Amino acid sequence: MKLFCVGLSHHTANVETRERYARSIRIDPGLREKTGCVEALLLSTCNRVEVYGVAEQQVDDEAIARSLLTAASAQEAHDAAAFYRHEGDECVQHLFRVACGLDSMVVGETEVLGQAKQAYAEARTSGGTGPFLHRLFQRAFRVAKQVRTHTDITRGAVSVGSVAVDLAGKIFGELRERKVLVLGAGETSERTARALASRGVTDLRVSNRSGERAEILASLVGGRAVPFAGWENQCREVDILISSTAADEPLLTRAKLGPILRERWDRPLFIIDIAVPRDVAPDVNEMEGVFLYDIDSLQSIAEQSLALRRQQVAAGESIIAEHVADFGRWLRRQRGGASATASDAAIPRAELQTSES
Amino acid sequence: MDRLFLVASTLFFLLAVVRTALLIRGGAFRPGRSSFLAIAGGFVLQTAFLWVRGNTLGRCPLTNLFEVFIFMAWSVALIYMLVGPAYRLSLMGAFTAPLVLLIQTFALLSPIDRPSAPKMAVNPWLEFHASMSIVAYGAFALACVAGLMYLVQERQLKTHQIHSVFHHLPPLTDLYAAITRLLWLGFGLYTAGLVSGFFTGEPLPRVKMVCAIAIWIFYGAILQGRHLFRLAPKQVAVLCVVAFSAAVCVLWGITFVSEKVPT
Repeated sequence: MKLFCVGLSHHTANVETRERYARSIRIDPGLREKTGCVEALLLSTCNRVEVYGVAEQQVDDEAIARSLLTAASAQEAHDAAAFYRHEGDECVQHLFRVACGLDSMVVGETEVLGQAKQAYAEARTSGGTGPFLHRLFQRAFRVAKQVRTHTDITRGAVSVGSVAVDLAGKIFGELRERKVLVLGAGETSERTARALASRGVTDLRVSNRSGERAEILASLVGGRAVPFAGWENQCREVDILISSTAADEPLLTRAKLGPILRERWDRPLFIIDIAVPRDVAPDVNEMEGVFLYDIDSLQSIAEQSLALRRQQVAAGESIIAEHVADFGRWLRRQRGGASATASDAAIPRAELQTSES
Repeated sequence: MDRLFLVASTLFFLLAVVRTALLIRGGAFRPGRSSFLAIAGGFVLQTAFLWVRGNTLGRCPLTNLFEVFIFMAWSVALIYMLVGPAYRLSLMGAFTAPLVLLIQTFALLSPIDRPSAPKMAVNPWLEFHASMSIVAYGAFALACVAGLMYLVQERQLKTHQIHSVFHHLPPLTDLYAAITRLLWLGFGLYTAGLVSGFFTGEPLPRVKMVCAIAIWIFYGAILQGRHLFRLAPKQVAVLCVVAFSAAVCVLWGITFVSEKVPT
């Protein structure tokens, strides 16, 4: 039995090429017959399209590539160079790296693990998995969990919006009871407001020079519009201020904020200034209880987090290496005589149904 | 014999400190079960020391400066064991272990474990007064630790310099809530200790009484000052560190006086 993986990813193919291949998570039902695979599973995400298979004989890469082409791209299949192939231990290592987010565009991202679980569930339902892929994917989920628990590979936010939400969490803890004022109706402030809403914030206020735009954004993020005139007064109540107006001069200065802070001396104020030029005078950050972040500082934290994640890759790789060696031994035992069918029978039903989280 | 327990206990705390230091140096700090277990092991051995010493003395082991320091280190570990996990302040162990290590190492290396002057019969009020006061010190020590954690976290948020430890520190508001609770806990215990001092039926040295009341007023002022003087959370955190440092100095002074003028 040969265990292999054939596919393309952001490492080998640009987005145009990737677009030509399977977007569905369902594998072509005829693929197994056409290629002679005993087991086959399709993992399709924005950044990768891969088939994991088990076959008695060598399976032609081109046959797999053809089966992955979307109907619209059926005539343009000249992407052989974009495809890679991993076999045996290399295939095991590749899947473990993918599941742990080590092979992702943003190192340590966890979305791919959910997608791998979904692909596995889909393949199991359609009968695409057998003892080899079952064991391989269950082990991959376990490795991903272990790497996440024992390293900092998933630590820290790596986008401006998620950095802002992370920081808010580090200042306030639970965000549900927090009040947020969105000043200006830009795209980034909308994304940040949405990210905060997804963390449970319900009191979202939107203020903009154009009342109409404020109403639109408020309805988009599930908040309410408040008048732009006298928006400073809102700072007496709110915990988080997201500012992204097109003003040429700072809207918020120490002189304006000073009297407001005297009324809220024991409550921190988190200001996210994503406007360019900045809406908030930089020296506001020196005031007691105020945490001011502009777009550069948010970006810089995102980069720091990414750097921290990269530092953790080696630790993740060493965990993976142990599991690859262990899985390799099991694989060789199966090839060496013990029948896979017997092994399949030995896998309890409960284990087959387990999707490790 | 009893000192062996203490040496072993100190080694456990040293283990927790070294592990944390290595993880921080490696840029991948995370509070783990091993640190908690090391502190728990150290705590058990501290308890064994106090038990053996108490049996030997036939009273609460608070008869000299050495025992007072060890009792305080034990109180710090005790309150950490009770408070740390409850408030999900697992990282507190990383800050608590060095404090306990420092107190115990100082106590072990200093020539302060001298047999005290012959005592009168055991006075339950006196023992209650002394032990309550020292356990209160444990709570104040933990408030100081939480204050330090607050200051570290606040500094990282202010300067935008995010380190590995940042992700494991609790949110500022949670830390502030923990500081407040620990201050109230310590203040309550200290008040009980102070009041019980008047029921011992023994003359209290004036300097000891004045110092004890000064500490009580200091902590009371921090608790009330939040509202009366509009103290910001950061100022409260700083005051927790200052107050505990002052309290330890006073404790030293009080114990020194007690050794000279036995009560």
